Amino acid sequence: MIDEKYISTQGLSRVFPSPEKLGEPVTVFSDIWFNVKQGEFVCLIGHSGCGKTTLLNILAGLDQASDGYIIVDGKEQNKPSLDRAVVFQSHALMPWMTVMQNISYAVKSKFKSWSKAKIEAHAQKYIDLVGLKNANNKKPSQLSGGMKQRVGIARALSVQPKILLLDEPFSALDALTRGNLQEELLNICRQTKQTVFMITHDIDEAILLANRVILMTNGPNAKIREIVQNTLPDDRCRNTVHRHPNYYPMRNHLMDFLVARSETFAEEISRSDYDPKNPPIVAPSANLETEMESENTTHISLV
Amino acid sequence: MSSILSNEKIKAFLLSILIFVVFVLLWQAIVSSLGGEAPEMDPEYAALMGATAKGASAIPSPGDVGSEIWGHIADPFYDAGPNDKGVGIQLAYSVGRVSIGFGFAIVVAIPLGFLIGMSPLIYRALDPFIQIMKPISPLAWMPLALYTIKDSGISSIFVIFICSVWPMLLNTAFGVSTVRKEWINVSKTLEVKPFRQALTVILPAAAPTIMTGMRIAIGIAWLVIVAAEMLVGGTGIGYFVWNEWNNLSITNVIAAIFFIGMIGMLLDQVLAQISRLVAYED
Ligand SMILES: Nc1ncnc2c1ncn2[C@@H]1O[C@H](COP(=O)(O)OP(=O)(O)OP(=O)(O)O)[C@@H](O)[C@H]1O
Ligand SMILES: [Mg+2]
Repeated sequence: MIDEKYISTQGLSRVFPSPEKLGEPVTVFSDIWFNVKQGEFVCLIGHSGCGKTTLLNILAGLDQASDGYIIVDGKEQNKPSLDRAVVFQSHALMPWMTVMQNISYAVKSKFKSWSKAKIEAHAQKYIDLVGLKNANNKKPSQLSGGMKQRVGIARALSVQPKILLLDEPFSALDALTRGNLQEELLNICRQTKQTVFMITHDIDEAILLANRVILMTNGPNAKIREIVQNTLPDDRCRNTVHRHPNYYPMRNHLMDFLVARSETFAEEISRSDYDPKNPPIVAPSANLETEMESENTTHISLV
Repeated sequence: MSSILSNEKIKAFLLSILIFVVFVLLWQAIVSSLGGEAPEMDPEYAALMGATAKGASAIPSPGDVGSEIWGHIADPFYDAGPNDKGVGIQLAYSVGRVSIGFGFAIVVAIPLGFLIGMSPLIYRALDPFIQIMKPISPLAWMPLALYTIKDSGISSIFVIFICSVWPMLLNTAFGVSTVRKEWINVSKTLEVKPFRQALTVILPAAAPTIMTGMRIAIGIAWLVIVAAEMLVGGTGIGYFVWNEWNNLSITNVIAAIFFIGMIGMLLDQVLAQISRLVAYED
């Protein structure tokens, strides 16, 4: 049975002390509620500085929420854990270790009793999985940006986490490399039914990868504006996704949000019955007859 | 590419030789222009020094110094009583004292530096002491050391310890406190235990900075040991220099200066090699 609330955030907020002495403390976000299903791929979109990394760090246990809880698999979490692997925005490889050493280090941390040979064989499997051939003995400084991100992903996958947390893993890459890596990540996650929470700036990336997209308003005091259900078929792939009739409704909806609606949140909610515990769920589609996903799903048609 | 580089190297090497030759020729010219006569000497001072000081040039020629150095290299370890030991023995004493003092400094400075670097509280608490202790000339400790330890050799070692501990301590603390947060975060998400984290993440990350501290420390230690041995006497290259000055053997003083420079360079090179081993490119 699929756990509908595999990850569940309950009223998360994060307050930082004011940068100036005696100033007001800064509330980055507050009252954040959302769930992630087991095996689901969820993307978080929001403007720079709205608190996405802060939220991901809290999910990872690297930072503490000022208020609220995170429940993972039925248990409250507030410490980092091998169950939740992180791919960092800046790859965060150890520069004094080779590719093999970087990944073996992670494998060894998880499977403490394994022999060296077993650790390296396991690490090799993940190096091959992300398509890094002949790079085992290279140091990170000898790799391209795309290769470093692959190592970061291989390292995260190699500990066989229950949840994968990715912080804009592809934002520093050129379009072609990014596309290839997105496709690979999608295949890996589909095969392993990996639960993924990923931050991105890139709308097309979210449409390709995510089952659902969480939209975060601008900070300070950011909120979840709405949760967008991906209306494209599950077997979508990069080369054909844009031909589907629901592609432009999805894309335009997300674009509208980033360009205009992320800022006007305060106004919008005063005119509606916004409930932070149940942010609106939207399923942009070319066809109004699409089956309703849930009671408060709003269908938006742009055709 | 590599041929251009080696070409540059050869040119630099030839230029170095040229500079050396010009230096030696100038030196020789100055000595010859003085005509082998002793420079004008205060009569009282001359009387004090006795007849031996007269007649011979106070400045030896490069040839004299060269043959003296060669003599020392040919027979570095002779021992003809407390005032006449081979320069090799004297250097070995000095290098030994520096190594022991430096070794103790490593044992103290690196763990303490780790502690200071990891804990802002301990850093703040110890900072005033470090700030006061650091600028004290290591030789100022000598009387205190002699008084309490009552052994000139160990006192010199203590002085070396004191002078090498600060650069190592501060560099270790700095290196540890500036380890990238993301590397620490990686080890946290891998549930790495604190001791393993210190050994496998913080130490290699801070190693280049720690090595910089060690290089500074060994440089200072080698400067200080000469002065310390001049002060306490007995053995060591510092004592050798002072003893030869008392013998008015300027040739030997210059030869000793040459050896001090050579060993100092060697010590630095050894640490530079180790630095290269722990360096990483980010
Ligand atoms: N340690 C901190 N102390 C004080 N303020 C912080 C701290 N970390 C983050 N902030 C503030 O919190 C806000 C959100 O930062 P965060 O890094 O989460 O943004 P982000 O959404 O990930 O942005 P980007 O898309 O640019 O990565 C910013 O305004 C930032 O200034
Ligand atoms: Mg960020």
